Amino acid sequence: MTVTDDPTTNPGYKWVGTRPIRPDGLDKVTGKAQFSADLVLPNMIEGAVARSPHAHARIVSIDTSVAEAMPGVQAVITGADFPDLAEAGAPAADVRESKKIIARDKVLFEGHPVAAVAATTRQEAQKAAAAIVVEYEVLPHALTVSEAMAEGAPVLHDDLITANVEPTPETASNVASRAVQQRGDLDEGFAAADVVLEHRYTTKPVHQGYIEPHAAVADASQNGRVNLWFSSQSPFDIRATTAKLIGCSPSRIKVTPAEIGGGFGGKTVAYVEPIAAMLSRKANRPVRVVMDRHEVFLATGPTSGSVTNDGKITAADIWMAFEAGAFPGSPVGAAAMTAIACYDVPNFFIEGFDVVVNKPKVAAYRAPGAPIIAFGVEGLLDELARAIDMDPIELRLANAAEEGVQAPYGPVHPRIGMVETLEAIRDSDHYRSPVPEGCGRGVASGFWFNIGGNSVATVNVHEDGNVSVIYGSPDIGGSRASMALFAAEELGIDVERVTPHIADTDTIGHTDVTGGSRVTLSAGKVVVEACRMIKDDLRRRAAKTWDCDLDEVDWVDGQAQHVSGTESPLSLAALAGKAGRTGGPISATYTENVRGAGAGFSTQLVDVRVDEETGQTEIVRYTTAQDAGKAIHPSYVEGQMQGGVVQGIGWALNEEYIHRADGTLDNPGFLDYRIPVASDLPMIETIVVEVPNPNHPYGVRGVGEVGIVPPMAAIANAIDRSTECRLHDLPMSPVRLLSAINDRDARD
Amino acid sequence: MVTVRFTSTLREFTGQDEVEIDAPNVRRLIRLLDERWPGLGERLTDGMSIAINGEIIPDAEFEDLPDGAEVHFITAIAGG
Repeated sequence: MTVTDDPTTNPGYKWVGTRPIRPDGLDKVTGKAQFSADLVLPNMIEGAVARSPHAHARIVSIDTSVAEAMPGVQAVITGADFPDLAEAGAPAADVRESKKIIARDKVLFEGHPVAAVAATTRQEAQKAAAAIVVEYEVLPHALTVSEAMAEGAPVLHDDLITANVEPTPETASNVASRAVQQRGDLDEGFAAADVVLEHRYTTKPVHQGYIEPHAAVADASQNGRVNLWFSSQSPFDIRATTAKLIGCSPSRIKVTPAEIGGGFGGKTVAYVEPIAAMLSRKANRPVRVVMDRHEVFLATGPTSGSVTNDGKITAADIWMAFEAGAFPGSPVGAAAMTAIACYDVPNFFIEGFDVVVNKPKVAAYRAPGAPIIAFGVEGLLDELARAIDMDPIELRLANAAEEGVQAPYGPVHPRIGMVETLEAIRDSDHYRSPVPEGCGRGVASGFWFNIGGNSVATVNVHEDGNVSVIYGSPDIGGSRASMALFAAEELGIDVERVTPHIADTDTIGHTDVTGGSRVTLSAGKVVVEACRMIKDDLRRRAAKTWDCDLDEVDWVDGQAQHVSGTESPLSLAALAGKAGRTGGPISATYTENVRGAGAGFSTQLVDVRVDEETGQTEIVRYTTAQDAGKAIHPSYVEGQMQGGVVQGIGWALNEEYIHRADGTLDNPGFLDYRIPVASDLPMIETIVVEVPNPNHPYGVRGVGEVGIVPPMAAIANAIDRSTECRLHDLPMSPVRLLSAINDRDARD
Repeated sequence: MVTVRFTSTLREFTGQDEVEIDAPNVRRLIRLLDERWPGLGERLTDGMSIAINGEIIPDAEFEDLPDGAEVHFITAIAGG
C-alpha cells in the first residue's frame, strides 16, 4: 500500500514506481551469483586466523616456529609483519584500526586476531593456526558500560583520555568521549509539567546477523599491485584501510566487489581483507580467507549495548552510555541527535558517553544508535500516554516534528513526513480493527537522518541502442533495479534495455559507502544526471542529422522528435548506430558529492499475544508506515521496511550476546543466538508514505535504516498493554517476561 | 554576517548559544571562531558536518556562506 502526499509532485512515471524483476535476481536464485568465498584463482591457497581465547590479556610472546614447519604452510604472519603505524606517527584512529585488525601488545576481546597462516588447504591452515603458541598474561576484563565506568575498572587503553569534557582529564579511562545536545531551560520545562516520568533502560549488543560471513581473496603477486575481491558495503573505504595497514597507496589496490549476502552496516569496515593481502604478499600466491560463523560472532562488530535514563515530553533529560567495543566509536553521538528528533521538545539536555569494553569493536547497524535510544524514549512516551489517558498516536501527533521545527541537533526541518506516518497508521485497517482477544497493541515512531555523499555514474549507449549503467555502490538492497528504472525513465526506453553494472575501484571513481540509506538518493541522482547528459547529446546528434537548431529537437518516449513534425523521429538505436558519424561513442559520466538527503520517519503498530505460562511473546499482527519520499521500486522499499521490522523483532524478543564469567562468548552461533525465522512471524504489512524530498529529482529520501528504530519500543508497549508488565531491559525474552509476570502476580 | 548556533558540547566550550560573525565562507568562519575561542577550530573540523540554512553538508570547508545564513556544526553522520 502506498500513500502519496501530493499527487501533483508525483507525475505519472512510466517506469519509476514499477516492480520489474531485479537484474541480478536470476543469478541469485540459481546459485550462479559469485560471492567472495566462491572465487577460486589459479595457485590460490587458503588462510586461517589465530585468535585470542581471552577477553583481555597482554601478549608476552608469540612462537610461530612449529606452525611454519607444518605441511602445506606457505606463510605465517603476526602484527610484527604489518607497518607500525604508531611509530610512523599515523593518526590515532588509524593506529587503533591497525590494532583491531591484528593485535600487537594486547588482546582486547575474545577472538582478537593475533596471527594468521596461509597453507595449501583450509584444514592445513587451521591446524597450523592452532599450533601457534601465544603466551598471555591474562588481565581483568570489563564487559559492560557499568563495569567499564566503575571505579577501579581495568583500563583498556593507557592513552585514552575522555574527549569533550572540561577540564580535560589527566588520567586514562574507558570513557572515550562525551556527546551533548541541549536547548532551553530544563528546570523551567519540568516545572511546567503535570506529569514527570523517569526510568532506566538497558539494551544488549546484538549482531547484524547477515547470512554471508566475511571473506576475501587477495592476490598480491602481480607487479607490486594487490588485487582484492571481497563482499562489502564499502570497497573504497576498505581499500583505503587495507592500504594504510599493509603500507601502500590505495591506487595500488584494485578491489572487485563480490555479491554481498547481507550487511546492515556490519560490512562497512575491514576485518580479513588486510590479513589476506599480507598473507598473499608473504606467500607470493593468491590467498583466500573465509570466516566461519563462530568467528563472525567473536570478532566482527555487533551494535552497542547501552544504559539510558529518560524524562518526559515537555522537557527531556536523557543520560546514556553506549558500548564501543574494544576501541572508541559507538554510535552514542547519533543516538543523542536522534533521541527526540521525532518531536518538538522545547527544553532538553541529552548527554551520552562512548565507553570501551572487552568486546569486538562495534560496527554500524541500520540507523546506528537510534533504535537503542528509541527503546527508552518511545517506551516512556507510551507510559506518559497511559498516565494521562491519551491515545498514543494522538499524543505523538500533538508533539510531532514537522516542517519549520528546529531539530534537536540544530537545523530547522525542511518538508518531512513524521505526521504523515502517524496518520497512515491511525487510518490503517490495523488500527481501526479491534485489538484481538488476549492481545496488547503497541505503537512507536522512529527517525533517521539518511545521508548523501560521493557517487559516480557512467552511462554507455551501445550500437543497438541498449544502455549500460555503471556505478560503484555494491547492491545490497536492490539498487541495480532502481538504477535501471531511473535510466529507463529518463531515456524513455524499456527497463529491460538497461543493464546496470557495479564496477571495480579502478573502473569507477571514488564512491562512498553503501550505507546511511544513501544509494538510491545519491547513486540515483548521478545516474539521472548522466542520463540527462546523454539526452542532451542525443538531441545534439539529431540536430546535426537534421541540420537544424538544437532547440528544434525534443527527446520524447525514447526518440528524438523535430518540433515541427516534419522529420521522422530518430530512435535511440538509430542514433546509436550512427554514433561514429555524429561525434563518436555515446557515453556520459557524472560525479557529485550529493547533498539534500531527506530525513526518514517510521511509525509502527504491533499486536502481541503473551503466553503467561511460558513468557513467550507471539507477534500477531504488525504494520509499518514509512516515508520513502518516492518508492522507485516499491517491492524493494517494502522489503527494506519488512527487513528492518524483523530484525527489530529479534532485537526485542531474543537476541543478545551472553558472556561467561571469564569474558568469553557463550552463544557464538545461530543455534544459541536466535534470530527470527519465517515461522515466528506474520506477514509484515507495509504502508509506503511518499512525502517527496524536495532536494532530489525524484523525491527520494532513502529507506534502508529507519524501519529498525521503532520495533523494540512498539513491542514493549504492546507487551505492557497486554500484561501490565513494563519491561525496561532487552531482550524481552520468555525468561525475563515470565519473571516480570511473576513479580506482577506477587504484587497483586 | 552569519549566525552560528551552538547546540552540543560546543555550547559548553564557547559558553554561549550563538554568535554572529562576518565570514564569507566556512574556512574563514572556522578561522575566526578559532581566534575567538582558541582550540575550537580543531573541534569544528574533526568529524563534524555543517548545516547551512538547514542543509547538512558533510565536506563544507570550501562552501560560501550567504549573508544572513544560519550555521550549525553537527557530528558527522554515517549509517549502516
